[in-house]
Amino acid sequence: MVTVKYMLLIYSNAESWESLSAEQRDGLSRAHESLTRELLEQGLLVSSAGLADPITTRTVQVRDETTTTTDGPYAEAKEHLAGFYLVECEDIDQAIGYAARMPDAEYVAVEVRPVMDMSGLEM
Amino acid sequence: MSEFELLLREQAPQVLSALVRHYGHFDLAEEAVQEALLAATQQWPSEGVPDNPRGWLIRVGSRRLTDLLRSESARRRREENAAQLSAPEEFVASGPEIDDPGGRDDTLTLLFLCCHPALSPASQIALTLRAVGGLTTAQIAAAFLVPEATMAQRISRAKRSIKQAGSTFEMPPEAERDERMVAVLHVLYLIFNEGYTASSGTSLHSAELTTEAIRLARGVRKLLPDDGEVAGLLALMLLTDARRPARTGDDGTLIPLAEQDRSRWNRAAIVEGEAMVSDALSRSQLGPYQVQAAIAAVHDTAERAEDTDWRQIVALYDVLEQLVDNPMVKLNHAVAVGMAVGPKEGLAVLEPLESDDRMNHRLEAVRAHLLEMAGELAAARESYLLAARRTTSTPERNYLQSKADRLT
Repeated sequence: MVTVKYMLLIYSNAESWESLSAEQRDGLSRAHESLTRELLEQGLLVSSAGLADPITTRTVQVRDETTTTTDGPYAEAKEHLAGFYLVECEDIDQAIGYAARMPDAEYVAVEVRPVMDMSGLEM
Repeated sequence: MSEFELLLREQAPQVLSALVRHYGHFDLAEEAVQEALLAATQQWPSEGVPDNPRGWLIRVGSRRLTDLLRSESARRRREENAAQLSAPEEFVASGPEIDDPGGRDDTLTLLFLCCHPALSPASQIALTLRAVGGLTTAQIAAAFLVPEATMAQRISRAKRSIKQAGSTFEMPPEAERDERMVAVLHVLYLIFNEGYTASSGTSLHSAELTTEAIRLARGVRKLLPDDGEVAGLLALMLLTDARRPARTGDDGTLIPLAEQDRSRWNRAAIVEGEAMVSDALSRSQLGPYQVQAAIAAVHDTAERAEDTDWRQIVALYDVLEQLVDNPMVKLNHAVAVGMAVGPKEGLAVLEPLESDDRMNHRLEAVRAHLLEMAGELAAARESYLLAARRTTSTPERNYLQSKADRLT
């Protein structure tokens, strides 16, 4: 494989977001705008989006063919998924480089995970 | 690929070369050729294929390129006018009819340009498929499972990088040619591999890349019939692709070489590939593609898996390791030693690779296989499970998981 798709998962928490100054929030937007522009221009961006506040989350479960939904995230954690980028990179180091440019990595953390694909070699 | 599409694709590099020779402006000419190809796919089916398809495409492409150059120069004039009122009038020749270059074939020059060292492999591949292969951006995007806009950006950026590197449409200087040829063959190899590895599962589009890589390699071989590595690469592709009908089950599961139904292998491709690599080995300088093709030929000509001449394969890997420093080669070498001598000896070959940070899940998969052969079933199972967790390929994970399951 020449390139691998990586999912960059941006984590945030209510506290860290609320504690940001207006300036820091502007800086956050600017950093994401510039990163998105660069990834687009290089033809590496597959998709990206920010996610609405976890307060808007509905968790769906099906048990015995019955669907139930509850308000709020499934996992009980202080941190939540705040957004993602799906990018094509030559290797994980390149993906880590992009993750490190997100101010979110400074405030909470960004996870880098390879995406599974259907290519394979017989062994 | 339909006959009609093949005709168009074969013309693509010729038409592009003719336009670039006449007008320069590789980037815009490439755009114009795409539009001419598109016009042909729209008009030819109803109006019939013209008597001289290439002449038709050159004419349409050249008209389109003239338009592109005009609007480019108008844009530049506007920009210059803003800065300096007395901008010199720029004249864009509307151009006489361009002659068909006839016997001249500039495909190689074009390949050298598309595989320019200033580009990343992903960009080299995309540009080669479009400019030399005549594929549309949509087709290339589908093969690599990215949005069309992403692929379009990648291709424009590649063309800009070539321009910035100051490259022109000429053969590279003699001194650089060998090195640049390595890059061209590597790109064709990567295109093939991308298609071959993706030919399992649901990525139906990608299988077409193997056909395209073989077609391009045949084209290069026609231009350089005495180059042993070109022959080696084409032979390697043919001998590998010959096994494609047998390498996956109906549900997309991977079937290992030893368990493949060999009656489903493509005999004609095996005969052609084997003859090609034998001929290359007998008369040209040895190179890694020839050795890899020779290894593939040993596998392909064994009637049953147990007839495989593993000693010869080990000897060939010894040679290959002298030529390239590649972790996959080392792993395959260990497998071959395991088969030819014994699993303990194979495991010994793996040992120094533990500290090689280029190793991926395949090291664990090979270890699992050798441990299983050695009868150390519990350890083998652990290794299969670890390899299954480490791979990013769904068919590989399923295969490794099923191997682990069988050992419980």
